[in-house]
Amino acid sequence: MLNYLWAGMILVGIVVAAFEGNLGAVCEGVVASSKEAVELLFVMAGVVSMWNGMLYIANNSGLIETLTQKMRPLLRVIFPKLPLEHKAASFISANFIANILGLGWACTPTGIQAMKELKQLEIDRGNNPQIASNEMCTFLLLNISSLQLIPINMIAYRSQYGSANPVAVVGPALFATALTTVLAFVICGLMCKVSKPGERFFNHQIKCGGGRNR
Amino acid sequence: MNILDFLSVSMIPLLVFYIVGNGILNKRPVFEDFTEGAKNGFQIIIEIAPTIVGLIVAVGVLRTSGTLDLISGALSPLADLFHIPTEILPLSIVKMFSASGANGLLFDIFKEFGTDSHIGFSASVLLSCTETLFYTVSLYFMSVGVGKSRWTVPAGIIIAIFSLFISVWVAESMVG
Repeated sequence: MLNYLWAGMILVGIVVAAFEGNLGAVCEGVVASSKEAVELLFVMAGVVSMWNGMLYIANNSGLIETLTQKMRPLLRVIFPKLPLEHKAASFISANFIANILGLGWACTPTGIQAMKELKQLEIDRGNNPQIASNEMCTFLLLNISSLQLIPINMIAYRSQYGSANPVAVVGPALFATALTTVLAFVICGLMCKVSKPGERFFNHQIKCGGGRNR
Repeated sequence: MNILDFLSVSMIPLLVFYIVGNGILNKRPVFEDFTEGAKNGFQIIIEIAPTIVGLIVAVGVLRTSGTLDLISGALSPLADLFHIPTEILPLSIVKMFSASGANGLLFDIFKEFGTDSHIGFSASVLLSCTETLFYTVSLYFMSVGVGKSRWTVPAGIIIAIFSLFISVWVAESMVG
């Protein structure tokens, strides 16, 4: 899916550019975008490292453990089959908290660590780790539907552009976020029941081929 | 108002204070823990770098080629049918691909229509209630080597469409 999506974006874009006479703009755009990506990565490197350092302190001092304990009832509802003593549960809890507080890039390290642990969980379960598990899909969609309580950046943008009441967005945004999150939760619950992730044959092949040593 | 202002300024410092303070109280070598985590953070950046470069270049192609304008132009009769302002549609499409691109469009809307107009308010709510779909999917799946995303992308698109309707509707009932 992601392969086709990415290829589609590039191929369709270039075909459209050819018809619209925008090939020159695309030519510049490709170079400018790759430069923009590296600049973004430089800024991200600092922020992500800082938050990952904080995450390690919180983890090693037992803070994440306490947090996970408190979030157990919620996690049990959202991820019914996730073993709560697994490390993935801790990172998912930390990611949800970072999301709720609206910490932006602090969500990235916790999210990626959680994905890595969920992948490990799939390997432990004997499933093909290259296919997204139910937990991975649910975790991702909840991240996409946004759990943020206060849209701090939006308040800042609104006051920057001369809003009479920048914080007026808080209530409506919270309402909308709650609805999208509920929708995401419903879709996930439904799809986890309907769709089966594993192709056993493929799974078997990977094991025989020493896929674990990659 | 004042509480929200206070929160938005003080949340991060307080959280950092709490994490470091808790570490010290638990007699942890906090600076060593921090540097170990920061080192791992750089590792994460290196792991996600190829995904980010690939994604931003693809978004760049879509934007500079005029494909996004074409899509929102093609969808605008549909938007009219559902009373969605024409300017909101490209915003919700761009928002699926890139946060910075969406912010650029948001600022254009704020400049042209004002932050508290129906369009401005819809845009404010829309960008507050969903995350960047394709960015998040690529980042989280590609960087850990999950190739098959199963139903996440279609579900994400459904959520994006839903959030579009909700934002316009909420803005209508707030601004009128």
